[in-house]
Amino acid sequence: MSRQRFDTKKVNSELVTLTYGTLVAQMVKDFDNPDDVSKQLDRIGYNMGIRLIEDFLSKTGTGRCLDLKDTADKIQSAFRLYLGVQPNVVNWSPAGDEFSFILDSNPLTELVELPEDLKQLKYCNIICGAIRGALEMVQLDVQSWVVQDQLKGDQNTEIRVKFIRRLEDAMPAGEE
Amino acid sequence: MVIYGIYIVSKSGGLIFNYDHTLPKIESEKRFSYPLDIKLSYENKKVSVEFGQREGLHVGHVLYAVNGVPVTGRQLDDGREVSEVIENKENYPLTLKFGRPKMTTNEKIFLASMFYPLFAIASQLSPEPKSSGIEVLEADTFKLHCFQTLTGVKVMIIVDKTQIGTEVLLKKVYELYADYALKNPFYSLEMPIRCELFDTNLKSMLEQVDKNGIASI
Repeated sequence: MSRQRFDTKKVNSELVTLTYGTLVAQMVKDFDNPDDVSKQLDRIGYNMGIRLIEDFLSKTGTGRCLDLKDTADKIQSAFRLYLGVQPNVVNWSPAGDEFSFILDSNPLTELVELPEDLKQLKYCNIICGAIRGALEMVQLDVQSWVVQDQLKGDQNTEIRVKFIRRLEDAMPAGEE
Repeated sequence: MVIYGIYIVSKSGGLIFNYDHTLPKIESEKRFSYPLDIKLSYENKKVSVEFGQREGLHVGHVLYAVNGVPVTGRQLDDGREVSEVIENKENYPLTLKFGRPKMTTNEKIFLASMFYPLFAIASQLSPEPKSSGIEVLEADTFKLHCFQTLTGVKVMIIVDKTQIGTEVLLKKVYELYADYALKNPFYSLEMPIRCELFDTNLKSMLEQVDKNGIASI
């Protein structure tokens, strides 16, 4: 076969950690305010998400989600596919519209320590952005944010996802 | 194993990619003496055969050239009008070249956007709720396979009627799109795909299919 498959080529997670670290460090230099950096990271993640979703769908061939549990499962498998970690899905809200991913190890923060003056920087915001962007492309409007962060002394990294609504107007014909 | 062409239509219905793979070339050049025994007409900015089908020359074929001079619209490239040349007895015998009309990019864009509402109508006409749109459209000379992704992008492949296993091919094109168009940082979503890598990989995949069949991908 003439074409090299990407998923057979695994890359060292340190390469990802270092590249991402460089990006964030550069952004901290470029922006005065750590909050702006967090916001930008979220935007970058969002833009990655809206493209990455096609990759995920084309490679896994998964169908449309009809409930949030299904969605959670699929994001979980996406974590495994793209970050090589298997987060746990926990803390479901009683209404079933909110849940958390718990990552006991996070490849993005492996070699990172946050300096004192950057304590409010949301280092892993890119993941939240990616989740939001990817789900928006399959017509799910969600909010996502970091609740716990190992960089800030928490035991695990916790990423919370809250379902807002289904984007009915954006539904492609023959899908609604 | 014949794949005629591949089209990708964006979520909003615009044609973002098209590729003609194997369109058999049909052209015929013949000498005609006065009076011309076929009827020509001018429509859609093309001079075409209206009546008088014969070997190698079909109704609907358009005039490509007169005495080797190419024809654009109703004019010869040297500035003369086609109708004047053909009606003038002194010009005979004439050598006319006819062929299948070629679709322009504009026509392709037009047709692609026409498929979009058809697809939507099909899903609404369905007697069962939650039906998909058109997945296969069959005619006597070709089949059109359409695959709509969850995000609303449509991949269409036009193949020979006897072709089987096109679904695999559709998924493969989608994978290539995800890899080589969307991962290209300079490709903006919903815009026409002009990515060299995508083209070359698509072509090599199609060659593979031509040589070894669909099962090989």
